[in-house]
Amino acid sequence: MASLDDLKKRISSVKSTQKITKAMKMVAAAKLRRAQENAERGRPYSEKMNNIILNLSNGITDFENAPKLLVGTGEDKVHLCVVMTADRGLCGGFNSNIIKKAKAFFQKLSDSDKELKIITVGSKGYDQLKRLYKDKIIERISFKESKNANYFDADKVGKTIIEKFEKKEFDICTIFYNQFKNVITQIPQEQQIIPLKTSEKKNETSEQNYEFEPDEDEILSNLLPKNISTQIFKAMLENSASEQGSRMSAMDNATRNAGDMVDKLTIKYNRSRQAAITKELIEIISGAESL
Amino acid sequence: MEQFNLEIISPEESILLKNDTEEVVIPTIEGYMGILRDHIPLISFLKPGIIDVKSKNETMNFYVDDGIVEFKENTLSILTSKIFNLKNINQNNIDNIINDAYEGLKKENIRDQEKFILDQKIEVLNSIKIN
Repeated sequence: MASLDDLKKRISSVKSTQKITKAMKMVAAAKLRRAQENAERGRPYSEKMNNIILNLSNGITDFENAPKLLVGTGEDKVHLCVVMTADRGLCGGFNSNIIKKAKAFFQKLSDSDKELKIITVGSKGYDQLKRLYKDKIIERISFKESKNANYFDADKVGKTIIEKFEKKEFDICTIFYNQFKNVITQIPQEQQIIPLKTSEKKNETSEQNYEFEPDEDEILSNLLPKNISTQIFKAMLENSASEQGSRMSAMDNATRNAGDMVDKLTIKYNRSRQAAITKELIEIISGAESL
Repeated sequence: MEQFNLEIISPEESILLKNDTEEVVIPTIEGYMGILRDHIPLISFLKPGIIDVKSKNETMNFYVDDGIVEFKENTLSILTSKIFNLKNINQNNIDNIINDAYEGLKKENIRDQEKFILDQKIEVLNSIKIN
């Protein structure tokens, strides 16, 4: 049984941990609001971009000569996976959820004999993947210095991917990130960005006759690289909102658990104090009786 | 004059939303282009230059680096990652961009198109500086 002093120390240490988690929760809540606003403000751009590309790609009839970024290389041997995680820990299942999703995908690839290459964005992803997939990781990018997700960083990642694509280092590119649903739920996503999947709303496109200047092909081949960066940026925004949300709820839980622990320890402390007192009393009384 | 909608959007935020624009002049790859109400649907690319936005009471000028324009159903959308209002720009900023452009020109394996864009950029920025 722990001595009274030990218990006292324990209680005060749990209390100070609780203070830290409480502070972290508060900070995460403030950052979450900002991240959410950023994500909201970034939405019109990526939607517009998507619309324009949809309009353009529907006009394409000659698939043979269409830009490779849109239709792919025609093969699917080498897969590039961009795993986007946070740079910091202590945010609940945020990082491990992405990794889990990515690992399942990697497994599927290796089952079907595809070659795998990995780029990690954010240092936590690298830390978790390096044990199993060290030789597959061809690049790791981390934005520890930049405070918020910004387009400049996203563009850097996008350019790296495109450079590799032009060198024919891979056929298909998929990105992994967490989509922000609400503070408690973040959904890990896999999204294929090369070749672009222009699915869904094909029927909705009105028969708009656009005037293109320069011609369609040139516009598309200029637009698609930009779209990659935009998608990456969107993923980064979603990720940063998810990270803060996840951290907030994790820290909220931690604070509550610490509270429970303090309560339990306090009861234990009081009990053993009481036991000590009773023991002393018994000793005194029985001592007096024997006289 | 008849009016139409204008939106200027960057990846990080919406920079300008207006519904009383009367005329916009944009620097497309093929040359400057004036847009009025009921222009036919258009998609084009921007090169470095000045966007003039004219509405009834005011005229605004922006410098853009690159971007995409779409005109559809009397809405002109300009998507761009680098844009400044000429009112808020200062000499240092301009100098920085010009220096970057010169650095870019020094690269050896530069493509003609990139060179053309950078030349444009320097020319436009120098002209801003003089005014």
